[in-house]
Amino acid sequence: MPGLEDLYREIILDHYRNPRNRGELDAPPAHRVEGFNPLCGDEIIVYLDVDSDRIADIRIAGQGCSISQSSASMMSSAVKGRTTEEARAVTRAFKAMMSIHESSLDGEPDGLVGGADGSGGGDGDVKLGDLEALRGVVKFPVRIKCATLSWNTLAQGLDEATEPV
Amino acid sequence: MKLDVARIRKDFPILEQTVADRRLVYLDSASSSQKPRVVLDAMTDYYETTHANVHRGVYGLAVEATERYEGARDRVARFIGAPSSRGIVFTKNVTEAINLVAHAWGRTNLGPGDAVLLSEIEHHANLVPWLMLAEERGVELRYLPMADDYSLDLSDLDRLVDGVKLVAVTAMSNVLGTLTPVRRLADAAHAAGALCLVDGAQYVPHLPTDVTELGCDFLGFTAHKLCGPTGIGVLWAREELLEAMPPFLGGGEMIRDVRLDGFTPNEIPWRFEAGTMPIAEAIGLGAALDYLDGLGMEAVREHEVSLTGYALRHLTERFGDELTIHGPAEPSARGGVLSLALRDVHPHDVSQVLDQDGVCVRAGHHCAKPLMRRLGVGATARASLYVYNDTDDVDALADSLGSASDFFAL
Ligand SMILES: Cc1ncc(COP(=O)(O)O)c(C=O)c1O
Repeated sequence: MPGLEDLYREIILDHYRNPRNRGELDAPPAHRVEGFNPLCGDEIIVYLDVDSDRIADIRIAGQGCSISQSSASMMSSAVKGRTTEEARAVTRAFKAMMSIHESSLDGEPDGLVGGADGSGGGDGDVKLGDLEALRGVVKFPVRIKCATLSWNTLAQGLDEATEPV
Repeated sequence: MKLDVARIRKDFPILEQTVADRRLVYLDSASSSQKPRVVLDAMTDYYETTHANVHRGVYGLAVEATERYEGARDRVARFIGAPSSRGIVFTKNVTEAINLVAHAWGRTNLGPGDAVLLSEIEHHANLVPWLMLAEERGVELRYLPMADDYSLDLSDLDRLVDGVKLVAVTAMSNVLGTLTPVRRLADAAHAAGALCLVDGAQYVPHLPTDVTELGCDFLGFTAHKLCGPTGIGVLWAREELLEAMPPFLGGGEMIRDVRLDGFTPNEIPWRFEAGTMPIAEAIGLGAALDYLDGLGMEAVREHEVSLTGYALRHLTERFGDELTIHGPAEPSARGGVLSLALRDVHPHDVSQVLDQDGVCVRAGHHCAKPLMRRLGVGATARASLYVYNDTDDVDALADSLGSASDFFAL
């Protein structure tokens, strides 16, 4: 049986205790997107300020377990200041890391997991950095949803923010 | 008579398992209980010796299968003190039992301007069917609030019950353990000219149940929480109510006659049992009730009051302000359901640490989101007790909570 240290790496606990980019942005002009994990009641709210294709600012609100909160915190650091295309590439790479079990768990129809096969193009070069610490989550299949909640919410936010008007 | 837990544990094959060389500590019976061997054997024996479809053949096996299935119905009637088996309808679970009432009784008797009184502490199973009805035909829903001591606040009952057609409440909260004053609510409903439905999912498995004493008109419960199999539940209703209700699902078995231009429904209770029913499961439920009556429901209740008291004392002494237990402080006012909040450690993380020690609790909103909002939490870690639990299980829970507290120390 995998041990707790496989799941709760030090860097994860650090992001949980000291979440980055916590707070809210005025929406509008920012985009506000909510994500729910109906299984456990975790809720996440992502605020995105997208300025000509770049994520100028991002804030995270809501509540959840250490895995969902730390994943959201790391996500916000990873995509802040990046272009929406870059943010999508990181999202695909992260979801690929998590998708090993997720697709077989419930076949989530969000179309993002598709990027896992490399069809996103060049995602193999994406450096996940600190996010690698979340790799241990796949050994705890019920917690994968916690780790991907903020990313699914971000993906939805990016789609809304970049929709042609 | 006291329960002999060491002996009882031997009746449950799953409890022989060990996790990390320690005995499995199963504290999630409020979600679903484990099954004693006699229940499993009853179902296997039925399949090996007696299976045929019921009510459909004149050959020996079919007759015997029908007798066993109908025998289970009689068994259920005896267990809940129902005047006759004609009031016992088999369903898939209590959720279906409540939906049956909302559909067959609700759609006949409720329309715009009619009101139903529920409570704030209900399981989604006793909320969503009524919310659907409210959306569909403008039925007004009212709610009895929860008081700060986790009981139902009845101070405004007279006003709330005035003009309603149905009072539908749980007899025991699956989150707080709170026992609700069913008799008083049923009497208030009747005085107001309304009926009373009781969600007995958490009550019937743990306390002696007598529908006449409860005074309600409908009672639903589910077999898998009382040592029985999944896939079968019960709706009991006063016979004259069932008589007046149209069918719920349509198909075979629920009809007396079918023509190309119409049908005549069957008598009660079969009118509400469309299609081939979970026969083996009904027989398993009968065996579960035999098992519980063998232990004695008074003894089951006594055991749980005493073990809950031990848990409340022990956990409070050990963790003090670090641990919040959302529920009544007095064991006699509640069942053995302990919704725990350990400081600000998220329930998911708590239950993850507990899982490492083989301690099974449920983390989440327990299908009671409005109650979670009222408590101001997103989730709790819930430990729940049953006949096979003892003080060793509570001690293991406490030790494991201690580890979780250390692990997530800031
Ligand atoms: C109070 C209460 N009502 C209803 C239910 C639903 O039971 P089932 O899923 O068997 O229909 C439960 C259990 O989950 C419960 O605790």
